[in-house]
Amino acid sequence: MYNTPKQSSRFGLQFNRTIVYIVCVFLSLLSIMPFWIMFVNATRSTPEIQSGISLLPSGHLMRNLDVLLGKSFDPITGFMNSFIISAGTTICAIYFSSLTAYALVVYNWKFRQPFFTFIILIMLIPAQASAVGFYQFMYQLGWTNNHLPLILPAIASPAIVFFMRQYLLGALNFEIVESARVDGSGEFATFNRIIIPIMLPAMATQAIFVFVGSWNNLFMPLILLTQKENYTLPIMVNLLKGDIYKTEYGSIYLGLSMTAIPLFVIYFFLSRYIIEGVALGSVKE
Amino acid sequence: MLAFLVFSLYPILYTAFIGFTDMKGVVPKEVHVLDNPFENFRNLLFDNELFRKSILNTAIIWIINFIPQLGIALLLTAWFTNKRLNIRGQGGFKILFYMPNIITAGTIAVLFSSLFAYPMGPVNSLYQMLGWSNEPINFLLDKWTARGIVSFIQYWMWYGHTMLILIAGVMGINPALYEAAAIDGASGWQMFLRITLPGIRTIMLYTLITSMIGGLQMFDIPFLFQNGGPDNSTYTASMFIYAQAFKGQYLYNRAAAASMILFLIAAVLSAILFYVMRDRDAARLRKEEKRIRKAAARAQGGVTHV
Repeated sequence: MYNTPKQSSRFGLQFNRTIVYIVCVFLSLLSIMPFWIMFVNATRSTPEIQSGISLLPSGHLMRNLDVLLGKSFDPITGFMNSFIISAGTTICAIYFSSLTAYALVVYNWKFRQPFFTFIILIMLIPAQASAVGFYQFMYQLGWTNNHLPLILPAIASPAIVFFMRQYLLGALNFEIVESARVDGSGEFATFNRIIIPIMLPAMATQAIFVFVGSWNNLFMPLILLTQKENYTLPIMVNLLKGDIYKTEYGSIYLGLSMTAIPLFVIYFFLSRYIIEGVALGSVKE
Repeated sequence: MLAFLVFSLYPILYTAFIGFTDMKGVVPKEVHVLDNPFENFRNLLFDNELFRKSILNTAIIWIINFIPQLGIALLLTAWFTNKRLNIRGQGGFKILFYMPNIITAGTIAVLFSSLFAYPMGPVNSLYQMLGWSNEPINFLLDKWTARGIVSFIQYWMWYGHTMLILIAGVMGINPALYEAAAIDGASGWQMFLRITLPGIRTIMLYTLITSMIGGLQMFDIPFLFQNGGPDNSTYTASMFIYAQAFKGQYLYNRAAAASMILFLIAAVLSAILFYVMRDRDAARLRKEEKRIRKAAARAQGGVTHV
């Protein structure tokens, strides 16, 4: 009698565990399947795709590639544009946000607290809320169809400033700053030589997110870029939906795969940092 | 500092200003403030059915995406943080669950519209293979199916993210609480309700607000999935702004007014959320106190709504 409840609870635990694994495996499959089908279909011909789903690749990759590149889809240009914008955005966002965070933590100026509150408020504003004003502003400057308006606003990235500030509060030792000043280091030099190495781990995590976020951004480029040679990859995806690829299913899937592959590569190399970064971003409040 | 003023504050104020003017058309011309400054807002709120519909769609899609998203994220959080269950391979599962979030939303939208293609798409093939239907189904013609699919994509992209954040929140709870509860003989479910949920309340508020703001901005997926169709059932507020300002008539003023309404909705909803969550906290504390004072029998019903 004594053993029974314990055994049943152990059985219950096993049972629960099994259910958990089944659900997790199911969800994992759900994550993988659409992409798997996408990659497989990228190698199949239209009749093959129409005849049903398959989990094994076929041999029509090159033909699909020919069809894809024969039309207006130009993944290389798109890739370069996306890359320039994302890299520029990342550098601006990370460097200037760190600088702002440093100012918020180290210097004691009059509007420090109001400015910080202001940054948090901006964080809560949807991007679309200011899109029209921003577009008009850029239009008057003559900056539409230019990569600059997509890169420069990253200088003001409230979410990253917020994150950096929290990190710096925990990691920075004021004595270092003081001793650098005593040694006659200028303020910018102090920041570049001493603070940046301290902040590097936080900067790296944030850099991944900024890069991916900028890479995936559709709304602003769609508004600001109208010439084809400036298009970023997400806008190009839209071309795939157009009539020119109506019956070339394989090419559509191939085009989609090409826009996704860089991200898959980034993700599989950096997934550990990405996952840690997601968790960090929320808890450090 | 200046950058914030130039790139954040100025466009917002400028947008607000445009909302009160008669700015429209491709050719720049003299802009005037309207005789009735609120004309654009009035027009949107009372005369423009498409705008109301777009707000409604945004809300519907967000709600049917967020409820299961939070539900499954909570469930997985409970499982993954349960020491007795001790699930192996967590790292791998987390990586897989988060994966869809990293891929361009536009790619995913087009991918799904290809997957659900009519008459022959992979999903249709699957249906026929499993014998669920003999005829090809045109999924994308039905309003609610289309909304459902858009919501599903949103859910699918974001539940991993929500889960990671919630797990991080649970990790921040003092482990001594769980030990104490375990000694007192609390079941896993009880611990979840009494310790975990109250402990991650702030984090949940954070997810709720960020998800809500994200939901209001929903653009990529509906735009590329069906361009708002069928019958405008997946036409969202952001698409409305885009279409008004940058297509056809270039009604910048109306788009700006719509943006401001969207902004106000976001602000009001955030305020309500803060208020509700705070109030519950106080209410819960009062109930806890009562529970301590009164008999244990009364306690059961009190806290379960958390």
